[in-house]
Amino acid sequence: MIASRFLPRQHLQTLFDQLDALGYRCIGPQVRDGAIVYDRLGDLTALPIGIGAHQTPGRYRLEHQDHQRCFAWANGPQALKPLLFAPHETLWRTERDDAGRLAFTRELQPAQRQAVIGVRACDLAALALQDAHFADARADPSYSRRRHDLLLVGVECGQPADTCFCASTGEGPAISTGTDLTLTELDAGFLVRAGTEVGSALCDALPLRAPSDGELAQAEAEIEQARLSQHRSLPGRNLRESLFANLDHPRWDEVATRCLACGNCVAVCPTCFCSTEREQPSIDGSGSTRVRLWDSCFSAEHSYVHGRLLRPDTRTRYRQWLTHKLGGWHDQYGRSGCVGCGRCIAWCPVGIDLTAEANAICSDASESAQEAP
Amino acid sequence: MTSPPKSPLQPVDSLDRRPRLAVHKLSSCDGCQLALLNAGASLLRLAERFDIVHFAEAGIIDVDAEADIALVEGSVSTAEEAERIQTIRARSRWLMPIGACATAGGPQALKNLANAEAWIASSYPEPQHIDARPTADAVAAHVHVELELPGCPVSTPQVLAALASLLAGATPLAEQDKICLDCKRRGQVCVLVTQDAPCLGPITVTGCGALCPSLGRACYGCYGPAENPEVATLAQRFAELGLDAEAVKRRFLFQQSGAAPFQQLLREWHPKPRAGSATASVDQGSSMTSEDRDHSMISASGEDEDD
Amino acid sequence: MSTAAAMGPPWMGPPWEAEVLARDQETRGLCTLHLRLTDANARAAYRFLPGQFNMLYVPAVGGVPISIASDPAQPQRLAHTISAVGRVTRVLATLGTGDRIGLRGPYGRGWPLEKAEGQDLVVVTGGLGCAPVVAAIDYALARRTDFGQLVILQGVKHAADMFWRARYDAWAELPNTEVRLAADQPDHHWQDHVGLVTDLLDEVPLRPQASIALICGPEPMMLAAAKRLVALGISDDRIWLSLERGFQCGVGHCGHCQLGPYFLCRDGPVFPWSEISWLVGRKGF
Repeated sequence: MIASRFLPRQHLQTLFDQLDALGYRCIGPQVRDGAIVYDRLGDLTALPIGIGAHQTPGRYRLEHQDHQRCFAWANGPQALKPLLFAPHETLWRTERDDAGRLAFTRELQPAQRQAVIGVRACDLAALALQDAHFADARADPSYSRRRHDLLLVGVECGQPADTCFCASTGEGPAISTGTDLTLTELDAGFLVRAGTEVGSALCDALPLRAPSDGELAQAEAEIEQARLSQHRSLPGRNLRESLFANLDHPRWDEVATRCLACGNCVAVCPTCFCSTEREQPSIDGSGSTRVRLWDSCFSAEHSYVHGRLLRPDTRTRYRQWLTHKLGGWHDQYGRSGCVGCGRCIAWCPVGIDLTAEANAICSDASESAQEAP
Repeated sequence: MTSPPKSPLQPVDSLDRRPRLAVHKLSSCDGCQLALLNAGASLLRLAERFDIVHFAEAGIIDVDAEADIALVEGSVSTAEEAERIQTIRARSRWLMPIGACATAGGPQALKNLANAEAWIASSYPEPQHIDARPTADAVAAHVHVELELPGCPVSTPQVLAALASLLAGATPLAEQDKICLDCKRRGQVCVLVTQDAPCLGPITVTGCGALCPSLGRACYGCYGPAENPEVATLAQRFAELGLDAEAVKRRFLFQQSGAAPFQQLLREWHPKPRAGSATASVDQGSSMTSEDRDHSMISASGEDEDD
Repeated sequence: MSTAAAMGPPWMGPPWEAEVLARDQETRGLCTLHLRLTDANARAAYRFLPGQFNMLYVPAVGGVPISIASDPAQPQRLAHTISAVGRVTRVLATLGTGDRIGLRGPYGRGWPLEKAEGQDLVVVTGGLGCAPVVAAIDYALARRTDFGQLVILQGVKHAADMFWRARYDAWAELPNTEVRLAADQPDHHWQDHVGLVTDLLDEVPLRPQASIALICGPEPMMLAAAKRLVALGISDDRIWLSLERGFQCGVGHCGHCQLGPYFLCRDGPVFPWSEISWLVGRKGF
C-alpha cells in the first residue's frame, strides 16, 4: 500500500492552486438548490463546509453540522456521469445546398482539462463501467476526449447515507483504485496518497508532512465505521440467474403499483448509459442538427419497434431496468451494473428501494449468490 | 403491421406554392399565439416558408381561409366556436390544436366539473346574454385532429419543430418524455425529494424544459399527462407527504383538468392507508428536525404556492 | 473528399451522403431504394456481410435501421427495402432518383455463412423478413458449389404482399434448389401454399444433420419456425434468426436494443437459436 502523507486543512487551497496552475478547470461539490452538486469550483470556500446530507428513500435533506469538514456527506444526485456522458450532445449538423447535396459536420468540443475533486469510491466504480461502455472498440469520441482530459481527486467516504450500500457491492467506502490522488478527510486535514504519476507530481508540490499514528488510526476507524454503518445490501454480487429465473415473480406486479415510471432512478444512476437521438430541424429548411439526449428504459420510445411498444407498462419497464442492471450487465461487462451508491433509492420520488426489490425477487438466491466473487 | 401514420403534407414540394398556414383562436388568452409571435427571427423565416393566411395576433385576418396547416388555440366553449371548428376542419388539411385550452379545455374546463349554468346564473344578473356551452372542450372532442401540442402556453420550439418536420414531409415527432427526464438532463435538483414539493413532473409530458422545477417550484402539470402516467401512484405519494385528499386532487385541477387520466383520478382516487408501501418506511417524523428547518437557507426557495 | 470521409468510418456519425440511384415499388406499402455513397473513397472502402444493416438518415426527420438487401459482391450499390410504417420510413418511401440521404454502417453480426459451407441452407422468411436474407442467398449462389441443397421458404400474410416473385421463380429453376411460397390470405391468382410458411417445413426434404437454417420475419413467426425446425431434428445451434429492435447508434451504446445479455445491434442482429431462445417471444423483452 502506498504510504499516506498528511495535508493540513489550511493548505487545501494549495491543491486548488496547483490544479489551476496546471490548466485544469476544477469541478467539485457545492451546495445548490438543497443538494450537493458537482460544478465549477472557484475556490475552497465554495465547498460544502460543515454540511451533511441526510438521505432516506425518496428524501434528501442538507444539514448544518458543527464541524469544518468539506466532505462529510455521502453524495448528491450526480457526480461524474454528466461530466463525461453529456445529457445533451450534438452529434452532427447537416447542411443541404440548393441542389439537394448534403454536407455533414461534427464539431467536437475543444479539449478542456478538468479536475474533479471529491469523487467517491462508488462513482469511481461507475466510471470504470462507463469507460467499458463508451470507450470500447468503437469509442464514443466526445466521451473519450473528455475522459482523456480528466484528473480525479477521490475522497474516501466517512459518512455514508442511510441509502448507501457500497460495502455490499464491494466498491467502498474506501478507495482502492482509479484516482490520481486520494484523500481521507480528518478534522485537522487530509491523508493524501497518489495513484498516478500525475498525482505524485501534485503531491510533490503540496506542503505535506508525515501523518501521526493517531491520524492513521483515526482514518482507518472512520472508514471502518462507515462500512459497518451501512444496513442495506443486495442478496448477492451476481443475481443474473436468479433474476432471469424470476421474470414472472409477483413482485414485478407489486412494484409496478408503486413505481411512477418517471426514470429518475436511471437519470441519477452513475452507470446507466441509455441515450436517444433527436432531430432539430432549422425552420428555414437549410439543415438540421442531430443531438443525443439521456434516455431511460422507462420511456416509451425506448422500446418502440415498428409502431408498437415492447414494454407498454410500468411492470415491464421496471423489470427491464432491474434485470439489466443486476443481470445482463454480468454478461456485458463482467459485473453488476450497481455500485451501491443508493441514488436510485434517495432520488426515487416514491422511495422505491432497489435492494428491497432485489431481495424480494431473488430471495431464493441469497445462499448461492454469497459464493459469487 | 400497424397502419401507416396519416400522411403529413407530403405534396408540399409539389404544391407549386408555399404551403398555407393559419393560426386560429377559440376561447383562450392568446398566450399560445403570443408564443409563436415571440419566436423572433424564426418567425421571419417561418413567414418566408409559409403563406400565413390567418394569424390575428400578427394582424393577418382571414378567418375563412383555406389552409394546409391550421394551428388552433383555445377551447370550444361557445355554440359559435362549435360551428367554427367544423368549418376550420373542413378548410384545413393538417389540424394541430396548440396549448392546454385546445388540447384539454384549459383552465376554463374546470366548469365542466360544476353546474355551469347555475354558476353563470349566480354571477350575472341577466345570464341569458351569456353565450356559453355547458362545457369547455378540447378541439379533438369536436373534430378529428392530426397532432396535439400541449402546454400553457405551448412551447415555441415545439411548434417550430413540428412545422419544420411537416415541411420536410414527416409527421412531427410527438414528445413523450416526462418532465423528470428533462429535469435531470438539465442538471436540476428534484424539488419533490429535497422539499417534499408536490411536483407533477413524474407524470407530466415535457415541452416546457422543466421550467418550474428550474425555479425551485413544483410542476403543476400544464403540459398534461405523459404516456403511461402513473397518476394514482403520484397522488398517493402526495397524500403521504401530508396533503389531504382534497389538496391532492386540487393538484390536478389546473390547466389540464380535462385530460382523461386526471379526470379518472378525480372520479376514482382515494388515499390508501400508508402501511405496506415502501414509502411508508420513510421516517419523516424523526427526520424533520430543527436542522431541516434551519437548512432552508441553503435549500431552494421555499414553499410551493402555485394556487 | 467530403467532410464525412475525412472523419473516418462513420460509426458514431456523421453519416456518409448516399444518393438514390433507383427506386422500385415492390408492393403497395413496400419499396426498395438502391443507394450509392457519393464519396468515391467511402464507396471504394465500403464492404458488408449478408445480414448486416445500415442506419439511413433523413435530415430534418430522423434515422432508421434498414437491412441491406443486395448482393455483397456489389457493395457500391446498396439495396434497402423499406416498409412505410413509421415517420421516417414514410419519408424514405417518397424518395426518388437523385435524392440524397445519410448512411452509416454496416452494423452488426451477419449470417454465419462461413460456418454454413458444405451444408444445406434452409431459408425461412416471413413478409419483409426476406430482405435481410436475400444478401445471403446471393452470397450462396455466387459460391453454389460450397453449399448443398438450398431451400427457400417465404410466407406472406396476404397474396398481395408477395414481392420479388421473379427472383423466387428464377431461384426455383436452379438445380438442387427448393423454393416454396405461402400466403395466409390468398387471392384468386395464388397458386402456391395457402397457410403459414412454417407449414412448408413439413413439405420439403430436410437433412437435419447437414442443414443451417436462416430465419427472419415477425417474432411469432420466427418462434414458430425455430420450434418446428428443432422438432424436425435440427439442433439449436444450427438455427439462426435475425432480430430487430429500435436500433439508433448501431454500436451498442444507446441501449435501445438491450436484450438479456446482448446488445442486438452489436452482438446480433443475427443469433443462433441456442443463445436467444430463452428470450424470444417473452413479453416485455
